[in-house]
Amino acid sequence: MFLKVAVSSLVSRKGSAVMTLMAISVAIFVLLGIEQIRQQARESFASTVSGVDLIVGAKTGSLNLLLYSVFRIGSPTDNISWQAYREIADADDVAWTIPISLGDSHKGYRVVGTTEAFFKYFSFGKKRRLAFYKGEAFEGTFDAVLGSEVATALGYSMGTEVILAHGLASASFTKHDNQPFVVVGVLAPTGTPVDHTIHVRLEGIEAIHAGGSKVPIGAFAPANRPTTNFSEPESITAFMLGLKSRMSTFNVQRQINEFAGEPLMAILPGVALSELWQTMSIFENVLRLISALVLLAAVLGMGAVLLASIRERHQEIHLLRMMGASPFYLFCLVEMEALILCLLGMLLGGVCLYTALFVTGDAIFSRFGIYLDATLLTPEAALMLVVVLLATLVAAAVPSLKMYTSARNIT
Amino acid sequence: MVVQLTGVQFSYERDCQKQLLDIAHWGVKRGERILIHGPSGAGKTTLLHIMSGLLTCTRGEVSVMDQRLDQMSVQQRDQFRANNIGCVFQRFNLIPYLNAIDNIGLAHSFSAGGSGQWRDEATALLSALMIDRGDWAKPASNLSMGQQQRVAIARALINSPALLIADEPTSSLDSDNRDNFLSLLMELIGKRDMTLIFVSHDMALAEHFTRLEALSEITQRPG
Ligand SMILES: Nc1ncnc2c1ncn2[C@@H]1O[C@H](COP(=O)(O)OP(=O)(O)OP(=O)(O)O)[C@@H](O)[C@H]1O
Ligand SMILES: [Mg+2]
Repeated sequence: MFLKVAVSSLVSRKGSAVMTLMAISVAIFVLLGIEQIRQQARESFASTVSGVDLIVGAKTGSLNLLLYSVFRIGSPTDNISWQAYREIADADDVAWTIPISLGDSHKGYRVVGTTEAFFKYFSFGKKRRLAFYKGEAFEGTFDAVLGSEVATALGYSMGTEVILAHGLASASFTKHDNQPFVVVGVLAPTGTPVDHTIHVRLEGIEAIHAGGSKVPIGAFAPANRPTTNFSEPESITAFMLGLKSRMSTFNVQRQINEFAGEPLMAILPGVALSELWQTMSIFENVLRLISALVLLAAVLGMGAVLLASIRERHQEIHLLRMMGASPFYLFCLVEMEALILCLLGMLLGGVCLYTALFVTGDAIFSRFGIYLDATLLTPEAALMLVVVLLATLVAAAVPSLKMYTSARNIT
Repeated sequence: MVVQLTGVQFSYERDCQKQLLDIAHWGVKRGERILIHGPSGAGKTTLLHIMSGLLTCTRGEVSVMDQRLDQMSVQQRDQFRANNIGCVFQRFNLIPYLNAIDNIGLAHSFSAGGSGQWRDEATALLSALMIDRGDWAKPASNLSMGQQQRVAIARALINSPALLIADEPTSSLDSDNRDNFLSLLMELIGKRDMTLIFVSHDMALAEHFTRLEALSEITQRPG
């Protein structure tokens, strides 16, 4: 009966109840939506690289190594000699390696010199391998594979010639313009820095830097693209490695950190990535603050609407008291009305968000690489909803107390 | 005695010299039907509120069904009222957004003796009060004034109270509706052997009652 009274009372004040409900739904939508995005952004950030056990570079800060090797931000302090690389790559525990050679760019996009191992072993997200949107992996020395963003932004497609510049500025004057690369593949979007990168073979990098001295100019004509017979590069910038058994991760890491030949360091990408995310926690907190404020506004609005309604309910209060309702009953009645509005708001907001994610999920994924799965009720979200319920009860305590006092001082 | 007031004083203002009500001794016996009349503002409604335990007197003893209301806590009085006292007012006797049945059910839900049979009892009462079955499920706000007042009787009687308090329940009704209301009320009360305290300006109703009281006499009667 109590519930029926609360519901009917709300229904009898449809207008204000519906407006309040909408405000709460929007707040819940924002709250859960932001939470979802925040969580997924963190997750997809943490899995910018996955399946890679260690990233190895010259001794520097772990953040710096992560930034230049994965995000192509900043520049390496030093290189790794080819010898040192081979020595580690040939170690028993190591299953595979992806060498990385940085330093060149094309129209502001970084160029990475690497090997086929990159396409074979690099993965991101939940162990997703790189996929080709068009074409295939490079074979020739002057083949280039574009990240999806590079291809769309520059309007490049298969066969486009790409001239690399030394350094990063898009108007860099040392251009290797006598040795154009040819696009042979475009990668599918990943939502990781891979999208902004141009991939070529290590030999290609080596060749353009050697100028004409090591390789005859004629050899670079697209018709007779030379493939293998290159001198080994003297050094690379960094490399990623996969182990045969993850059990040996720390062992190998220590061996690399204590490598005798030259100062090297190895980092665990997952750990380094979440450290990096931590440095951006202000961004998360601002998002949370915004959703908390939206919620506060909605809950306060509901309190105000309920408070206003109490003034029109004097006769009802009198009648209920005469029928034997205690002031506490009337207090609970208003709290119940608030609770109903809140629960309906959660339901409505949740359903809207779910539908929105369901409809736009694919678009968001291909655009931002953030995979919004429709599991809304993570433990954290559930905790938030509990907090919302408590906030509702607290905000509704004001009109409820008003109801209580008018019930106490009847007549 | 159903109601017994001894040395009751009441005033809305705390530091007031003159009491609105000052009753040395007044009582109502079981089965009595009392009509209380008096000028507007004399304190009739106030007296009913004191007897129903909604207001507490400044001084004195108020007992209803041999229970001291002035010694009960607020919750005890609320519970006592729900169980033992039925009330009908001039208007706004029903929660407007609930239908007749739910209004009666709500009144029932406050009483302690919660039997599952209230629905049958409610429909019997509504039939006896000549409310069409088709109007039972309408929101109370959609009922006519005459219908609302009659449903109010059913609402007041659902917990089988020993005492019924009515505060000018007929003053917003036309003469036909008033006569109809009164005859139905008296019939039900007679069947149930209830005590009635009824406030009205309308002395034409006097024939229905066993005792006539002017408020001025109640308050001034020496102990
Ligand atoms: N809540 C209140 N606070 C202060 N004074 C009140 C309050 N309620 C009533 N009064 C005063 O008490 C006096 C008696 O009021 P009451 O309602 O009991 O009169 P009544 O006899 O029922 O009048 P009527 O016949 O018009 O209904 C009036 O002068 C009124 O102004
Ligand atoms: Mg009155």
